[in-house]
Amino acid sequence: MEPLNVYASRLITKEEYFAPGHRSCQGCAEALAVRLVAKVLGNNVVVCAATGCMEIVSSPLPFTNWRVPWLHVAFENTGATLSGAEAGFRVLIRKGRLADKKTVFLGMGGDGATADIGLQALSGAFERGHDFVYVCYDNEAYMNTGIQRSSSTPFGATTTTSPSGKAKPTGQVTWKKNMPKIAVAHNIPYVATACSSYPIDLMEKVKKAAAKKGPAYVHILSVCPTGWRIPPDRAIWIGRLAVETGVFPLYEVEDGKYKITQEVDELRPVQEYLKPQGRFRHLTPEMIETIQERVTQDYKKLKTMTGKFNTPDKV
Amino acid sequence: MSINRKGIEVSIGAADAVAMADVDVIAAYPITPQTHIVEHLSEIVARGDLDAEFIPVESEHSAMSVCCGASAVGARTFTCTSSQGLALMNEIVFIAPCMRLPIVMILANRSLSGPLSIWNDHSDVMSIRDCGWIQVFTENGQDVFDHVFFAFRVAENPQVSLPVIVNMDGFILTHMIEAIEYWEPEMVRRYLPEFKPVNRLHPDKPVTMGAFGMPNIFTEAKKAQNEALLSSKVEILRAWKEMGDITGRYYKPVESYQADDAETVFLTMGSLSETVSIAVDRLRAQGKAVGQIKLRLWRPFPFEEFRLAVKNVKKIIVLDRALSFGGPGGPVASEIRAALYGEQNMPVVANFVAGLAGRDVTVNDYIAMYEKAEPFAKGKVRQDDYIIYGVRE
Ligand SMILES: Cc1ncc(C[n+]2csc(CCOP(=O)(O)OP(=O)(O)O)c2C)c(N)n1
Ligand code: SF4
Ligand SMILES: [Mg+2]
Repeated sequence: MEPLNVYASRLITKEEYFAPGHRSCQGCAEALAVRLVAKVLGNNVVVCAATGCMEIVSSPLPFTNWRVPWLHVAFENTGATLSGAEAGFRVLIRKGRLADKKTVFLGMGGDGATADIGLQALSGAFERGHDFVYVCYDNEAYMNTGIQRSSSTPFGATTTTSPSGKAKPTGQVTWKKNMPKIAVAHNIPYVATACSSYPIDLMEKVKKAAAKKGPAYVHILSVCPTGWRIPPDRAIWIGRLAVETGVFPLYEVEDGKYKITQEVDELRPVQEYLKPQGRFRHLTPEMIETIQERVTQDYKKLKTMTGKFNTPDKV
Repeated sequence: MSINRKGIEVSIGAADAVAMADVDVIAAYPITPQTHIVEHLSEIVARGDLDAEFIPVESEHSAMSVCCGASAVGARTFTCTSSQGLALMNEIVFIAPCMRLPIVMILANRSLSGPLSIWNDHSDVMSIRDCGWIQVFTENGQDVFDHVFFAFRVAENPQVSLPVIVNMDGFILTHMIEAIEYWEPEMVRRYLPEFKPVNRLHPDKPVTMGAFGMPNIFTEAKKAQNEALLSSKVEILRAWKEMGDITGRYYKPVESYQADDAETVFLTMGSLSETVSIAVDRLRAQGKAVGQIKLRLWRPFPFEEFRLAVKNVKKIIVLDRALSFGGPGGPVASEIRAALYGEQNMPVVANFVAGLAGRDVTVNDYIAMYEKAEPFAKGKVRQDDYIIYGVRE
């Protein structure tokens, strides 16, 4: 896979649809993910974005980083604005008022916009079956407002609203919401996880998602150096560790069938992923052990779902 | 002009008008008393009599958001709601005009909770007074029917490009059977041109919509938005004039009844107006110099027409259908007082808050209000005086 990746990257378009010059922090792997997604979808796209880091870094009036049509209305309604744009196009084409041109409707939001405040609107859009790709850029907190916890913040991470203190040492005490699984529960044709540390895997998934008729959901782990308290040049490395430790497995669910796309023969200990990150600095060996158990268990469960592993006690 | 008059529930008439306007996208969520309008529209679409996307969203917040998306790609877009539904979509209601999206919304006016009530007053629309939409009030079924075409025509006019709310009183209008003159398709075609958006989200010509404003540009953006709303009035007047030329019904921002030589006028909005007219007739029969002013256009506020209409009036009895808690009286009265402030011979404003949540206000009640307001005279009424009428003690 590795040599192929090196070669394949040369085939990627040099065209930038998410133009340089945006205002994200150094080393922002969320901005990288946005850029890659935009490259895959090319020109014939309409983007509906939620309020959040990626909106704020790219659209300070009167400037824009978007070379494709792009709409932002609010924080929690991207599923709905996207539905409206897609349906509007469909009816105008049917009535002969727009040329019939294959256009991809892309929704984009952070983990807060997707798994918390915007979950209802997105669920509605999934359920009604509009033809779109929705990408969740998951940096595991509300970064734009200053690193507050979301339901996507992992157990043990400190944020400004899940701090670690004497009375509550853990930081975030809840486990990360399984948003991809919620998407799968809507019986949509395509769901995938991805990470900008694996660009080819990511781009292939977005391409697949766009080709599907109906709703498709891609959940991208987007390393945020600012919020995760790591040096900017470690973002790609941390993303790789998330996958190699099994904390964030890369898989896809096509028409209900699970497939792990980035197989890990032997998971590395989660400690390798947790230690370099300031947000986990306070964790005790016991807490790390709790996380390790959970990660191992979840990975087993996922393997079982792929059908490859029918004996769940063997990893 | 051929006349096709039907006895029909006003909600059904409104839905028929929306369909005759050949709307492209309808997004709505059910709430009493708006339901008949959207039910009938979904029926028309299901029958195949209207080629539109009917999007049965999961909330009003999404209804307004779908409308934003659809309008942004250049579709003719309609929604309809009441009270709690409006409250839930509130956030997006304020964004649509800033983005110059010409969405049309019928607001079947109903009181805001709590306590929960499904009945009619104007507390819902008054909560979004400053939302930046063009807002009109209707008095009867024909008004509603005509104003559907008016709303699309004004909203989509490239000189305007702003969303429009048509207020119709819940139950009093929505559930009433009235005689409505249906327009001929040819009249609609003549009056309402195809929607050609100023900007549309399309890959052929990429635009960014909904960029955020830093302090160095926000004020300018807001001033521009305000100017767009203010200057829409010219097009509003033109749209009413041309509708009159087609239908024979000429609407105005401020309409008067028996007001020419009146010393006291009632000021009303919406469906109460017809009952007030009867009260005016009775008081006239008793020799009182009473008239009526109806405010049809609420935003942009028709200052000029209003001041002219009350030029020789000594007293205005303002009927408010909502309460501004802890404030200077009903929301309409405080605007009226503001509009008159500093005028020479400024009339006295007597403010009655009445008809909350469907409480009946009869002809006799208006006569009683007139009598109650008789001692109100210059120097005796403060700006913040008001009476909640008909409270059971
Ligand atoms: C209704 C509403 N509530 C709160 C906010 C404030 N707000 C803006 S962005 C944001 C957090 C965004 O978090 P996420 O979706 O995870 O995106 P990120 O910035 O982390 O990429 C919040 C809370 C808002 N704009 N609207
Ligand atoms: S806070 Fe994080 S996600 Fe937001 S721009 Fe900075 S690095 Fe990127
Ligand atoms: Mg986030």
